[in-house]
Amino acid sequence: MLVRPKPGILDPQGEAVLGSLRQLGFAVDDARVGRVVDLELGNGDREHVQAELERMCKQLLANPLIESYEIELVGEE
Amino acid sequence: MSALPREPKPRVAVITFPGSNDDGDAMLALAGLGAEPVPVWHAERELPDVQAVVLPGGFSYGDYLRAGALARLAPVMESVQALAADGGLVLGICNGFQILCEAGLLPGALRANHSLTFVCRDVEVRIERADTPFTRRCRQGQRLRIPVKHGEGCFFADPELLAELEASSRVVLRYEGESPNGSVAGIAGIANPEGNVMGLMPHPEHAVDPLVGSTDGAFILGSLVDAARESLAEPATV
Repeated sequence: MLVRPKPGILDPQGEAVLGSLRQLGFAVDDARVGRVVDLELGNGDREHVQAELERMCKQLLANPLIESYEIELVGEE
Repeated sequence: MSALPREPKPRVAVITFPGSNDDGDAMLALAGLGAEPVPVWHAERELPDVQAVVLPGGFSYGDYLRAGALARLAPVMESVQALAADGGLVLGICNGFQILCEAGLLPGALRANHSLTFVCRDVEVRIERADTPFTRRCRQGQRLRIPVKHGEGCFFADPELLAELEASSRVVLRYEGESPNGSVAGIAGIANPEGNVMGLMPHPEHAVDPLVGSTDGAFILGSLVDAARESLAEPATV
């Protein structure tokens, strides 16, 4: 799961990283900092797992008010 | 705090989560203001017989994931939710405010300070509502000098929520002058629609003794003690 500050929400961490990257001489236009959550789940029906992950994001892993999330399933079946 | 505490003493639970660190100061302050503080460990399922609950400051669960996000799942929080739904008084200070937002007892979210630095200093806040159980000792528009100490105190509400908060006068405290953390509309503390749940970033429990500079925190915690005492006098509703 990739959890990120929603577009339009000020991301002070991203701004700090942006400033530091520029200081190092990199031409960067914008930086946003999110977090990756890796979960291992037993084998299950793909749709069911996807739905479970959605619920995890909504209930705990992301704060829907300020963060968006993306889910990627890898290594299934 | 020279006035003798009036009887009876209301009982106020102060909840300790792993990583709370202002629970001791909160209990000292409440005791000095005439309440009987009751320490409650986060793993308890039931609250003892109390008239109010304080969620103190600190770094519950190391602020992992998001400040307050894990603490809101502590066993005791179900009882806190029930007490709040029943009209009981709940005050969240700093990390306690973050927990109340994550628990959905208060709207909005608290994010990293715009400065990205931890802020630890006295600030001036303005009382926007003097008619809540947490500010009844204050005057409308009164300025209080109370310390803040947080890294994630930037209150965020999207434009819709902000408009709703303002329209329903649920902003209880606002930073005077520049906000120390970038909070939207300078918000330092808000209440729920019913007015029995409040969260604030400044620490009234650190400002009740002249030794540390200000006793303005007593206006807030003293209000809570008064309101809790009053609810003690009311016959229990069935």
